[in-house]
Amino acid sequence: MTEPSAADMGRAIADLFAAMGITHVISVPDSTIGPWHAALDAHPSLRLVRVCREGEAWAVAGGLHLGGARPLVLIQCTGLFESGDSLRNIVHDWKLPIFSVIGYRSYLNQSTLPGDTCLVFTEPVLSAWQIDWKLVTDTADYGEIRTHYERCRAAGIAGGIVVAEGRA
Amino acid sequence: MSARMPLRETLEVLRAERRSGDVVITSMGSAREWMAIGPLDPLDFVFVPSSMGEAVPLGLGMALAQPTRRVIACSGDGSLLMNLGSLVTIASEAPENLVVLIFANGVYEVTGAQPIPGRDVDFATMARASGIGSVFRFSDIAAWTVGARTALGERGPLCIVLDVAPVPDAVGPRSPGPTLARAAAFAAALQQR
Repeated sequence: MTEPSAADMGRAIADLFAAMGITHVISVPDSTIGPWHAALDAHPSLRLVRVCREGEAWAVAGGLHLGGARPLVLIQCTGLFESGDSLRNIVHDWKLPIFSVIGYRSYLNQSTLPGDTCLVFTEPVLSAWQIDWKLVTDTADYGEIRTHYERCRAAGIAGGIVVAEGRA
Repeated sequence: MSARMPLRETLEVLRAERRSGDVVITSMGSAREWMAIGPLDPLDFVFVPSSMGEAVPLGLGMALAQPTRRVIACSGDGSLLMNLGSLVTIASEAPENLVVLIFANGVYEVTGAQPIPGRDVDFATMARASGIGSVFRFSDIAAWTVGARTALGERGPLCIVLDVAPVPDAVGPRSPGPTLARAAAFAAALQQR
């Protein structure tokens, strides 16, 4: 079975987020997430908010949540590392149940970055930040994003899906 | 920076010019003084505890979620330096209901008034260069008192730089209560008013 094109995947992701009731996607692109941006931007039910650094994303999402919207943070694991204090404040100090989809760089393929330390730190950092996260390694399983989102939303907690990515 | 205004007086002007239904987000020194001036409004979001530099993006999120309501986000200059890109994000998203107030005192006040990097950083020029079209700067309390209503009434996104004096021996703001309850009350107030 062939992998869907990036454009098709972007449309599928946008439709999935819209079906989840997401209103705003706050994102910094990477080579996997970036090609989804055009579809997210074009979707009539979503607003893509492009931020300059991932630390901004959690606060923007927090403000959206307090204002009654349903935001989702879409970043790479490197951005997760960058945004720790903002995440800590929004998710733990303020206990806002922000959901995130986080790209796991080099999980599937380390051809461009052999020994990528993202493989060392991503999972421990997610656990350290006490995010209820699930790993999805196959695009065919992206439906798990919705399942986990709804589980976290019902529980009123922050959660995340980590999507395995190929080469950086 | 030639003249500096008393921080508390600049906030008293803001209180006087605030409209019913406005959200006011304060953090660090502005939160401390805002709480000292008088009782809080249900639409005050005292961002304590905060993550330094995040009051402005928090305000952006609120402004996007509540597009018919004016959202005023207060940040210190040291805090804004932690998140200068947020000015570019705001210009890109262009929420007409967002006001960013930058309290420029040149120091990290609550840690003992150590100077911020740079001397006389021109935040107004930075805001303009980021693409924010409406930018004002006030260094004189009489001018701010007279000009606040006009400036605040401009279509956003709007940035107002207020040159203020550091408060001697200032300490960080004390949290006014449990965050979970405050967040819930604030969110409810947003939906009701």
